[in-house]
Amino acid sequence: MPATAIIVFREVLEAALIVSIVLAASAGAPARNRWVAMGVGAGVIGAGLLALFAARIAAAVSGIGQELFNATILLLAVGMLGWHIIWMSRHGRELAASARAIGKAVTSGSRPLYVLAVVCGVAVLREGSETVLFLYGIAAGGGAGAVSLAAGGALGLAGGVATGAVLYFGLLRIPTQRLFVVTNWMVLLLAAGMAAQAAGFLVQADLLPPLGETVWDTSAVLTEDSIVGKALHTLIGYVSRPDGVQVLFYLATLSSIWLLAQWVGRTAQPPPKPAAQRPVAT
Amino acid sequence: MPRPVLFALALILAIGANAKAEDATYALVIKDHRFQPTEIEIPAGEKIALLVKNEDATPEEFESTELRREKVVPGGDQITVYIGPLKPGRYEFFGDFNPATARGHIVAK
Repeated sequence: MPATAIIVFREVLEAALIVSIVLAASAGAPARNRWVAMGVGAGVIGAGLLALFAARIAAAVSGIGQELFNATILLLAVGMLGWHIIWMSRHGRELAASARAIGKAVTSGSRPLYVLAVVCGVAVLREGSETVLFLYGIAAGGGAGAVSLAAGGALGLAGGVATGAVLYFGLLRIPTQRLFVVTNWMVLLLAAGMAAQAAGFLVQADLLPPLGETVWDTSAVLTEDSIVGKALHTLIGYVSRPDGVQVLFYLATLSSIWLLAQWVGRTAQPPPKPAAQRPVAT
Repeated sequence: MPRPVLFALALILAIGANAKAEDATYALVIKDHRFQPTEIEIPAGEKIALLVKNEDATPEEFESTELRREKVVPGGDQITVYIGPLKPGRYEFFGDFNPATARGHIVAK
């Protein structure tokens, strides 16, 4: 049971951290819970289907279907996260304009929450399908009893969700005004890390050249096999021995989303000035 | 809306069309949640294709942190992963679903 719990925990952790960041980044938005729940729910269903069709996906596109699928959904998530950051920067002036209340658009229904639902769905889909395959393998192999399997799976799931909850409630302690600055940076790093991961899959499928194998090696300090390494891998895209093309994807994603957000933020319409009677100082 | 994504995919497919599958192939078998052989020697500085055949009925995931590779191998199925070019050295791989027994090394010389 402990081995099952640990493996399930490692898979769930990644998805839980991503969902936590998404929840924090959309704090205060109405109907947010419904969108995130839809994303997670779709991810769970998709994970089951993905596990069921694993053999067919692996064999697709002359054997590189799995890599193409992973890279595609990761890049889709990167696009969604980038869109979120750019949307937020367009409304950054609104955020800055009122020190007490969050900008109206941010909390109103005009915010594109579906992008965050897609990100949650992708995260759960990827990690969930591996968990399903792993648990199926144990069950079919008869290596463990049903009770032990269920207990291990539940324990791992609970541990992963609890870690995500710690991150979420920790983030919520940040004052609202600062919260979105923090979550925007977290989302940006998340996007860059996912882009690097997508590049890794494309190298594995021989669709991209590595452009330098093992640009650096910090595995003596921290490997992605450890829980901390795995968490950092998810949160900021930490890789102990990256390919050159992964570093390239990381930096390109980081800088292009950041620059685009800056540009959009500058060209955005300034919000209407507060009425003259109101005291300016707050 | 996610136009950059579409663009990136188009770019990848364009690059991918140029990729050639003429790399030397090495075979690895999974049986009873163990890899056979447990050590594969490959030339350093060359890209190789690793054919992983799963003779178990249950799925396995070929994974290597050192090589940054992870790929699910369905039960009774086989997959190909491309590895390298590698610097000389020993690189560990393992079966993510049975890490206690499924372990092996790729040795680049």
